[in-house]
This record gives sequence, C-alpha cells and structure tokens, in this order.
Amino acid sequence: MSRPSNFPPPFAAGEFVAEPTDPVDERIEVGVLIVGAGPAGLACAIRLGQLLEEHPDVAERLGDVPVALVEKGKQPGSHLVSGAVVNPRALRRLFGNRYRLEDIPSYGPVHGEAVYVLSKRTALRIPPPPTMRNHGNWIFSLSQLGRWLAERAEEDGAMILPETSAEKLLVSHGRVVGVRTGDKGQNRDGGPMGNYEPGADLVAKVTVLAEGTQGHLTGVALDRFGLTADEPQVWELAVKEVWRVPKALRGIIHTMGWPLRTRARYREFGGSFIYPLGDDMLTIGMVVGLDYRDVELSAHDLLQELKTHPKIRKLLAGGERIGWGAKTIPSGGWYSLPKQLHAPGLLLCGDGIGMVNIPRLKGVHYAIESGRLAAESAFASLRRGATPATALASYDEAVAQSFITRDLREVRDMRQVFGRGFFVGGALASAMTVSKGRLDLGKMRAEPDAEQPLLRSDRAASYPGPDGTLTFDKLSSVFLSGNKTRDDQPNHIRIERKVTKDVAELWVNMCPAHVYEIGTEGGDGTVTVNVAPSNCVQCGAITAKGGRLTPPEGGSGPEYTLT
Amino acid sequence: MKIAVCVKHVPEGAGRIDPGTKRLDRAGEGALNHFDANAVEEALRLKGDGDAEVVVVSVGPERAADSLRKTLAMGADRAVLVTDEAAAGSDLVATSLVLAKTLERESAELVLFGQQASDADGAVLWAAVAERLRRPVVSQAAQLSLEGETLRVKRQTEHGYDVIEAPLPAVVAVSDAINEPRYPSLKGIMGAKKKPFETLSLAEIGVDASHAGDAGSKTEVLSLSEPPSRGDARRIEGDGNAAQAIVDFLAEKRLV
Amino acid sequence: MKALVFVEHHGDELEKGSLGVLAKAAALAEGGDVAAVLVGGGVRSLATEAGSYGAATVHVAEDDSLEPPLPQPRVDVLARVVQDGGYDTVLFANSVLAADVASGLAARLEAGLNWDLVDVESREGSLVGKRPALQDSVLVEVGWRTTPQLALFRAGSFDAAPTGGGEPQVEDAAIELSEHSTGARIVGQEEEAASGPSIEDADVIVAGGRGLGAPENFTLAEELARALGGAVGATRAVVDAGWYPYSAQIGQTGKIVSPKLYVALGISGAIQHKVGMQSSNVIVAINKDPNAPIFEFSDLGVVGDVHEIVPKLTELVNSRKSA
Repeated sequence: MSRPSNFPPPFAAGEFVAEPTDPVDERIEVGVLIVGAGPAGLACAIRLGQLLEEHPDVAERLGDVPVALVEKGKQPGSHLVSGAVVNPRALRRLFGNRYRLEDIPSYGPVHGEAVYVLSKRTALRIPPPPTMRNHGNWIFSLSQLGRWLAERAEEDGAMILPETSAEKLLVSHGRVVGVRTGDKGQNRDGGPMGNYEPGADLVAKVTVLAEGTQGHLTGVALDRFGLTADEPQVWELAVKEVWRVPKALRGIIHTMGWPLRTRARYREFGGSFIYPLGDDMLTIGMVVGLDYRDVELSAHDLLQELKTHPKIRKLLAGGERIGWGAKTIPSGGWYSLPKQLHAPGLLLCGDGIGMVNIPRLKGVHYAIESGRLAAESAFASLRRGATPATALASYDEAVAQSFITRDLREVRDMRQVFGRGFFVGGALASAMTVSKGRLDLGKMRAEPDAEQPLLRSDRAASYPGPDGTLTFDKLSSVFLSGNKTRDDQPNHIRIERKVTKDVAELWVNMCPAHVYEIGTEGGDGTVTVNVAPSNCVQCGAITAKGGRLTPPEGGSGPEYTLT
Repeated sequence: MKIAVCVKHVPEGAGRIDPGTKRLDRAGEGALNHFDANAVEEALRLKGDGDAEVVVVSVGPERAADSLRKTLAMGADRAVLVTDEAAAGSDLVATSLVLAKTLERESAELVLFGQQASDADGAVLWAAVAERLRRPVVSQAAQLSLEGETLRVKRQTEHGYDVIEAPLPAVVAVSDAINEPRYPSLKGIMGAKKKPFETLSLAEIGVDASHAGDAGSKTEVLSLSEPPSRGDARRIEGDGNAAQAIVDFLAEKRLV
Repeated sequence: MKALVFVEHHGDELEKGSLGVLAKAAALAEGGDVAAVLVGGGVRSLATEAGSYGAATVHVAEDDSLEPPLPQPRVDVLARVVQDGGYDTVLFANSVLAADVASGLAARLEAGLNWDLVDVESREGSLVGKRPALQDSVLVEVGWRTTPQLALFRAGSFDAAPTGGGEPQVEDAAIELSEHSTGARIVGQEEEAASGPSIEDADVIVAGGRGLGAPENFTLAEELARALGGAVGATRAVVDAGWYPYSAQIGQTGKIVSPKLYVALGISGAIQHKVGMQSSNVIVAINKDPNAPIFEFSDLGVVGDVHEIVPKLTELVNSRKSA
C-alpha cells in the first residue's frame, strides 16, 4: 500500500526566503510586524499598544506605524474557527483592569459538562476525567473574539492590513527583516491580469509570526533557521457546524467512540464536541487525528454521521445549520515544539508552533499568552540600549516560565501511553472499565501523518447522504463558510498530481472542502489529481497528509463569522 | 477638475432582513458594494496622473467608513460620509435628496455611480440624483472618456450600444463591464488613514430630518414572506419520450 | 386608480415587456381606463396597437428630437402627462431606458418608486407590490404612501394579451423639455450582432455541466440554445476544466441570471451554481443522476441521458419553429 509521503509536493522552503528587492525608499517600514490577526497576533498587538503608550519615547522611534498586523483573511475573524471553550486566564492577564471578561463578547461561563462514549445508538455517560474539567472556562466564538480583539488592537494604535498574505520571509545578513506580501490580480497561470498588483516588501525591526496552524512562514522559518523539533509535528482535523436550535443546550458535551473506530489498526483518534452558544445556538464539531489510515475517511462525513446519533439528532431537532468551518489543530504537544522560539529579528507564537494541549483541547489561551509575551520581548528589544538578540531570547525564557510550558509539559507523556485523543488517564481508565477492556488504542505515534500506510475498509458505506436538513454535502458547506474566492486565481496548493489511486482517494475524502478530484487514469496504476483551489478553506489538512498549503491571494478563502 | 463617486456600504454575505424593522439587517459585517468599485476605478483612471480630485461620497451608518477607507486606499483623495439616525430607512426619494444635497456641496463636474447596489438590487438611484441636480445623466456606461468639457459614453442597452455625448457637469452610472477595479496597494492602505475624511449630519448638509429616513420616504415595506415555492415539480424518467415531453412542457408554458 | 403605462418601442415594434405591464394595468383597473404614453420619432402609428393591448387612451409625444432613446426628455413629457391627466399610478417595464425614466420621474414628482416588482395587486383600495429580495430568498410586499405611485416591474413579469379593444383615444402630449434634459445626445448606435443574446440579457439560457461528458459535447448545448434563441452558459466545474470560457460561467463566482427559461444539461445543482440561476422563471433539468440536487428546484426534472435526449429535443424545437 502506498503512502502519501511517497509523493512529496513540489515545495521547497527556500523558495519563500528572500532578501528585500524593492528599492529602499519603496519598502514599507513599520516598527513591529505581526503576521496573523488571530488571538496570538492580536494579543501581541494589544500588549505592544499598552507598552508603547506607557513609553512614548520608544513609540516615537518606531516611525509612523509602530505596530502593523497583516491578515490574509478578508478581515480578522474570517479565518478563525475553533470550539471554543477558553481558559480565561490569558485574557485576564492581557487586559488587567481595562476589560473584564463580561465586557468581552462570549457565550458565558461553562455551566456543567458531560462526557459520553458513543456507540451507533447508545450514549454512555462517563465521569469527566481530570483533564476535561472545564469549570471556570468560558465559551467563545473565536471568529467573533478575533473581531473584538482587532477593534481593541486598532484602538491601541495598531494598523491592521487585512486581505494581505505574507508570502516570503525577508532575511538579510542572517536576520529576519520583515515579509514580502503576496501579489494580487494574477490569473490561473500566474500571469498578470489587468489589475495586477505586486506585493511589497514590508520591513520591520521585529517580526512576530502568529499565523496559526500550518503557518506558512512559520514552517519556512523553522526550516531556514534549523529550529524544527526532532519529534515531527502531527495534526488533527476538526470540522464543525453552528446551528440555530429551538431548545437551549445547557452544558458542554464531549464524546468519544462512534463514529470513530477504536481498533488500533485504523488509528482513528479523536472525538466530538458540542457547545452551547447562548440560548438559541450551539456548535458541534468532529475532531480526527490525521494519522488515520483509511483512504475513505472524511472528517466532514463523520460529522454528518455523528449528527444521526439519536441523542444528537434530538439536540438539533427543529434547528437550522447556519455555519460551518474546518481547520487543523497541531497535536504533537510538548515534544513537537520548536527547539527555539526565536531567531534573529523573529519571534514565533501560538498554534503555528504547536502550543496546543490536545488532552484538554485547549490552545487559545496559550496563543494569547504567547502573543503577550512576544510583545514584551519585542518591546524590550526596541528600548534604547537593548541588545536585540538577548531581548528576543528573553521570549524563550518567558515562555519557559509560563503556564504554557507548565501545562504542555504536564500532558507530554499522556500521548505516550494513549496515543492522542481527548481522554487520558482516568478517562481512559473509566472508559476501559466500562467497555470491559475492549478499547485498544495502540502505540504512540512517532511518524509524520503523511507516512502512515493506507488501507481500505469500505468506510464510506456508513456515511449518510446529504438530506439538506440534518446532513449536508461538502459544497454547500463551503458555501456556508462564506467562501467566494474567485475561480481564476493561481493554484496555491502544492501537491504531486500524479499519484496512486489510494493517495488520490485519500485526499479526495480527507478534504472537507471538495478541493481534490480524481481525473484521468494513467494506466500505470496512477491517476491525476485535479485541484479546485477556489473551494479551499485553508484548513491545512493537505500539508499534514502529503502536500503543502501556501497562502492564496489575500482576501481569499472563508469568511467565517460564527465559528 | 473634481470627480465625485457615490458608493454604498452593503451587508456582506447572505443578507438577513430584520423581521422587526422589515429592513435589511445592516448590523453585521459589510463591505464596499462591489459595483461601486468599478465607479471608483473609473474615476481614478480618468484622474490618471493629473491633479483632478476624486472625492467619494456615501450615506450610511458609521460603519460605512470602512468602505470609504477602502476607496481611499484605492487612490481616492477624500471621503465624505453622511451619517445620521434620521437617514436610516430612506427610500429612493429620500436617498436621492440626501445624496443630491451632499453633491451640491461638492460641485463636482462629474458624478459617478456603480451599476447597482447588491443589497437592494436597485439600479435606479443615479437618474433621481441627476434630476435633482438638474444635470444630464447617462447610465450603463461600458466605456467612458472625457474630451475637454464633453463626456463620451458607450452605453450598453438590450439592443446593442449607443454612443452618447454630454456636456459636463454630468452624472454617469458605469456598468461592471467598464473596468476591472484595482487592488489597493499596501502603501495605499496605509496612506488611506491620513487622507481627509469628513463626517456630516443631515443638518450639516441642509436636509431636514422630516425629508429623510422613514419620515421622508414615499414607499414602505409592508411585510415579508417566503417566496412562492416553485409549485409541483414534474419528473420524467427515461430517454424514450423525454424530448417530446419536454417540448410539450415548454409549449404549455409558451416558451416555444 | 387612474393608471398610465410607459410603453416602449424599438424600431416600429412595441416592446413585449411594456405590453405585458399594460395588460396587467388593464386587469388591475377592472374595467376602468388605462392610458399609455408613447414617446419617440414616428410613434403615432403605434397608438392603435397600444390600444389593442389594453390602452383606452394613448398620449403621444412625437418629435424627431425624441427619437433617440434617452431618458430625461421622457421624464419631462411624463411629468406633464401625469400632472395634466391627474394620473395616480405610473407603471414601467424594466429596461435600461425605463429604469432611468422611472427614477428621474420619481425625483421630479417627489413620488414613491418601487422597483424590481414581479407582481402587484389591489388590496382594500391600496396598491401592493411584490418583489423578491436577497437573491430571491425572500418575498417583500411594498406599498406607496403618496400619489402618484410609480411601479417598475422586472422584465417579463407579465404576458402581453391583445384585448381586441378598439381604437384608443389619441392625445398629443405637451413636449416641453428642461435644459438639463437636452444635454445628452446620441451620436452613434450599434445594434448587437446576430450572434445571439448575451447571457445577462437572454430570455433563454441553455447551460452545460460536467454531465455533458466532454468539451466537444457542448455543441449539444449550443445547438439547443440556437434553436431556442438563447445563450449558452456553463458551470464552474467545466469552466475550470477548460471546456468553456469564463464569460459563460453562471453561479456564485460567475454571472447571476434570471431568464425566462433555464435548461440545465448534466448539471448537478450545487449551491454555488444554484445561486446564479435560481430565480429563473422556468427551470428544466436533464441529468442522469436521479438524486442530483438540481431536481429539487427545477420545474421539470428529466432523469435521462443528455446525449440521447438533447439532439432529439433540438430537432423537435426546430421543426416547431419552421411549422
């Protein structure tokens, strides 16, 4: 059986590292450049704004634009999708007295939680394990939180540049000096159209990469500066929906088991989450490790299957699907964090470098905290008399002392014993007891997702067809994500196009947005994979499973608002 | 020379009508009406490297400032936003009055509009404004050029093209076929913040609240409902008689 | 209700759309009188025809200077006719010209204009208009608070129906043009080549999707379109695959159309395509797959092979035409 890693994509990180090429007086200069207006990037901008207000002397020396954020989405929040049940500690730290939690748009604190092990028709409630206690946490729409944080960042003086992709890392004399933004107005072949607008060199004294999962320049930087961890990064794929429902859901729910198969050889790790969003909405999502092996596995379809469970069907009865989104989550944890979180002129934050606690399914507060700490180090490096190298290194030190490190270290070995999954320690123990030991989770994952051998098992037989009321197809889901990307853009997805049928089918089923299709058969056992890049919601799954996602034209992709 | 472009900030994505006010829910995210981007682009092309002033005008909620800033980022020189609670819910008569008063203040030689507004699917505003300004109006401009004080427009109609000349000052509505709007450059986006941006109330443009908004409107929305379903859909299976059956169906509907 | 209908003509033919609105106005008037107004070069000779489609009175503004189809002089003429005749309702069938006339007239008379209407009814003595909104996902009922009431109807909303009415009363309308109305002049005209209507204006569109099987099979769509006098459209999938040019793409990221007849060949009906054509009057879909989503919103769904059905269909349509 083939594996995706047999067909590496036509991608070399070096292609995306360059010296600035614009004439010096045409380069756009800013003080601190942040790539990504997600929770990490915005927290960084907000903290910088606070510090610069207290220290106008430093602000003055940063020029007209002391803090700039580039965001590839239509606006902040357009590419943010998460559950999300968030630990509020990082928000409290960021805002201090300025804003209380109640001032931040949210769906309130968690009021009780339940954990179920599902089979096709039953739901067995088990006590929430220690890692799954969410008392004190708050429910947010990450997209909505992003919009709110963006307003605060702008109030604090940051300039946000939406619809702008960061395509290349600008490195000069071994130091990161900024990014080159992506071109716009190119046609399918990459040639210029009538309104072609070339990208620009955006140079800064400090660059902070807060790109989120599968961050493009983050990957490039880790490669360029040799910072990649020895343990490969691995990912989960999460697909979720937002529903308007007549009957409010009281507490949060997590499930494991069905429709994922528990036998070790399938390596189907993950589970689902169902969170209330106020009194009249809820969000339901399916999370699956991308180290799965079945070519027919489709996270989107597993979500549709999940909804047919009698207990879940009841929760959604009389409701209407109003949102959909998909994104990968890095799940390598502690062992996959980069060797160093900084490089000359550069700081790295959040999901982009894998600051996610998969057993607790938490990452937003680490992103915010890392952004806040990055701001402090960046600021320190800009003070008169500072040694930038030392100041930036202080970021690593600060993260090492923070709850980010403490938490990630705490759960680092759970993966050892149980592979990945939501439930570790007591949860698995109780689940194992209840199932009379039939749960067998197999060995810890050490290979990259793309190296998993593939198998077939008629998995798709159980997927429900779309009925337009409870279950839906991929294309209508892409539509609901707000994606209206123009069709004649260059293809931003790098894959080897002639692959075995297995790998092709793997990609076709994996992709929640129906980007890939099987084209002509090669006769030598290979097929050509056709790509419809305008469907892409930039979830990043392809990068995990043998290809490479690069950022498309700024402004493309989903326009999430509720996710 | 001064060119004024009228733009609208419209709700993004699938709009929603607020069942309470029966008006379009404008609370969500919005964006520049993409047809207006053609008008802004045409103004910028006419300006070229010259020193004409391109001023962009809009009537809307405060949030409409976002769209105006985008036009400044594209290269417009100045923006004017008329925002006033009393102007919300204006129909054609009221909107055209508010716009006309704002444009009178500007005394632009050329006023440009986009082809239609994507939210109200309205393709009518410019003629009403031109009437109030007492100026010649040409719509559906697929091509536009200026020769001294004379405008030359290629107007697209159902039958073909008309070539129309009109003296300045004039009002023109451009079709979306006229150009491909430029992307704002990064420099443009950053420079937009520094460009002059005026916010005006109805009083400041000399319009009485009773002539604007719902109060000044001569039409109203009475109710909303589901559109009638398509009725009984008919189904034919099999190739045999399908072609004849289709023709019979079309004949019944008087389509052949 | 005292209604006046703006009747357009092209060459020496009255426009079917205007005649449809005239028929609707006559129906609304329920025996009362409906008037029409004709403005142009040699329009007097068309008055009789207007009468036979429902106009009891025809106001004629005939002058060579009015021959060019420019809106503003028509605003001047209509304003006088409305005021002198005491009309409380003025109806228009949408066209590039009519939209500008209706809008200019609304400003001139400070009158309410409801546009994009698909129907209108009299309810308890008041006129109630109906228009779709938000990509036809909602039907809105609209009204007028003052008179005169101006109504602009979507093209093709009503069928023209000769009433067998006798000669109408013909009245000369006053022609007093404002200064600004005479600014614009037509200096040249080009009729569209007979290569068929553009997608945006076509009354009939035959669109092809992947179910056609191969790019060569687009000739099936082209021939059927020619037979029906329509334009050819394409789905995103086939445009992406290079089977047909982007200018023919119908859908969310292509063109949005609402022709009288939309024939979908081998199109599954994904929502990205649906939003581009769902407000077509009549939708006929031919697809091999009985579960294709397009059948959920077509008026006539044909489960079958396009390669078998379409050539026969084209033949039948052509022979009807020549019969």
